[in-house]
Amino acid sequence: MNIQHLTRTSDAEWRIAPTGKMRVPGIIFATEQLIREMDEKVIEQTSNVAMLPGIVKASFAMPDAHWGYGFPIGGVAAFDPNEGGIISAGGVGFDVSCGVRTLLTGLQLEEIGLHKEELADALACSIPAGVGSRGHLHLSSDELCAMLEGGAQWAVSRGYGDAADLDRIEEHGCMEGAQPELVSAQAKARMQDEVGTLGSGNHYLEVQYVARVFDARAAEAFNLRPQQIVISIHCGSRGLGHQIGTEYLREMAEAASSYHIDLPDRELACAPLRSPLGERYLGSMRAAINCALANRQVLTHLTRQAFDRIFPGSHPRILYDVSHNTCKLERHVVDGVLRELFVHRKGATRSLGPGSPELPEEYQSVGQPVLIGGTMGTSSWILAGTRESEQRAFSSACHGAGRAMSRHAATRRWRGRELVDDLAQHGILVRSPSLRGVAEEAPGAYKDVDAVIEATGQAQLARKVAQLLPLIVIKG
Amino acid sequence: MASPGEKRWEHFPHMADIGVRGIAPTLAEAFEQAALAMCAVVTDPSLVRPETAVDIERHASDADLLLVDWLNALATEMSARRMIFSHFHVEIADGHLRATAWGERANPARHQPAVEIKGATLTELHVFQDAHGQWIAQCVVDV
Repeated sequence: MNIQHLTRTSDAEWRIAPTGKMRVPGIIFATEQLIREMDEKVIEQTSNVAMLPGIVKASFAMPDAHWGYGFPIGGVAAFDPNEGGIISAGGVGFDVSCGVRTLLTGLQLEEIGLHKEELADALACSIPAGVGSRGHLHLSSDELCAMLEGGAQWAVSRGYGDAADLDRIEEHGCMEGAQPELVSAQAKARMQDEVGTLGSGNHYLEVQYVARVFDARAAEAFNLRPQQIVISIHCGSRGLGHQIGTEYLREMAEAASSYHIDLPDRELACAPLRSPLGERYLGSMRAAINCALANRQVLTHLTRQAFDRIFPGSHPRILYDVSHNTCKLERHVVDGVLRELFVHRKGATRSLGPGSPELPEEYQSVGQPVLIGGTMGTSSWILAGTRESEQRAFSSACHGAGRAMSRHAATRRWRGRELVDDLAQHGILVRSPSLRGVAEEAPGAYKDVDAVIEATGQAQLARKVAQLLPLIVIKG
Repeated sequence: MASPGEKRWEHFPHMADIGVRGIAPTLAEAFEQAALAMCAVVTDPSLVRPETAVDIERHASDADLLLVDWLNALATEMSARRMIFSHFHVEIADGHLRATAWGERANPARHQPAVEIKGATLTELHVFQDAHGQWIAQCVVDV
């Protein structure tokens, strides 16, 4: 990226001054190395988002930002419905409420040793993954609607998990305001057999261990100890979310002109929050959030079954579940005034600081667990939300490493079989139905997640708590 | 670029996702090639047997949106039917698309499918005729 048009405002913050139709500035959080490596599209897309009606304060890009569709991946933007603010299907993404859930097993690294292969096979057998896979549930039309209304609460009420799980999930496991009746028949048809499936691409289930603790107090609150075994699940709202994203992106692209929204780019398709289309999308998108929460809850149940078979009574419990593709109504103080804003996070994780009333009591003193996925060969991270993040970027942080290389380039450079063997040599067992899929997700095809985490810390968006390293990877 | 009269598909880079492009002498054939490019994101189309036919109809106000609708209709069918496609026949007249896609049920062992198609986006969306009269139909698909 050419940085000559940016103003560096701190070690890890860069400002795009508002010019032309930009209503607010653009702010990119990154170290100099990361921002030089970012593609030019990040500046263009961050600036374009700054032109949208009703945007408040700034258009933000996180340290892992890269070229998205309309909004950059890693984009955060808040809109005020009282000032003509909009909602954008592209600002949420196709995989609505994609996110990460981390489970604590209470097991130590040495306890896994002899059982690693057995555990990898048990998880691969229990967790439906990959293109065309079906879940263990087939939902009737009524059950599907109940799932879209209730999210993880629905799953728990059907025996998939414990009531205590809900305390550790955003929105207490159920997004209010979901309107399953607005979700199309096609979207529902795509989901009937997909609840409790992992998906493909960059989605995964990993068994990891805590390699290093950086913040002892937060780690204690999160119940994390060195060498402890944890499980992280990265997936979203599956076919239902994809279909909702598809339908509304298309509809918003055609309708924008009727709402007199001057789009700098057609792919920024959006509608006023206070419009029939905006309200319909909100109701549908919230149903998709519940779909993702239910999906991760059922996957948690399947994971527990596999663990309990090999480690009886281990019953992993949830550390936290946080989404990184959402638009949520939140309260934020802007220039000393408390306002209700719709915050889009496209490839960005909410990062609530200590004292936030939405956090479980045990996390109140240290902040929200911010769960950041790496690759199948590198670190994942657990961070904690900061008070500063509220002022910096509406309590938001990064969400992952971000790709450094296209899928095509990755398959030319790596072969799936060799990668699986090489990772096994390094103690990482990969189970996937697709070797081509493994090659496309090669660790070398991603940016250095550790550099993203350092920048996130420097920008005070979240602080390091623990570094996780993978032991078993289930890929789609 | 393909010679006039030639038809083919290709992928073009997008950092997180992937671009699909069909190139052919007619608009309809360019749409067929773009569909082939999208299926090649999932697997090698030569591995997919054209056993089952699925009919698709769409209408749009312009050719760009018609391409997005066509690719999204295929993505929906692939997801709902657990199928992968490899052969296409498309007819387009007055913004109306009538098509048949042939394929088979996804077989992980034989197809080694790498990713699901989440949807066709408006990113890098262009349908146009180049200086040689060839039709180009392209966009980025989210995977």
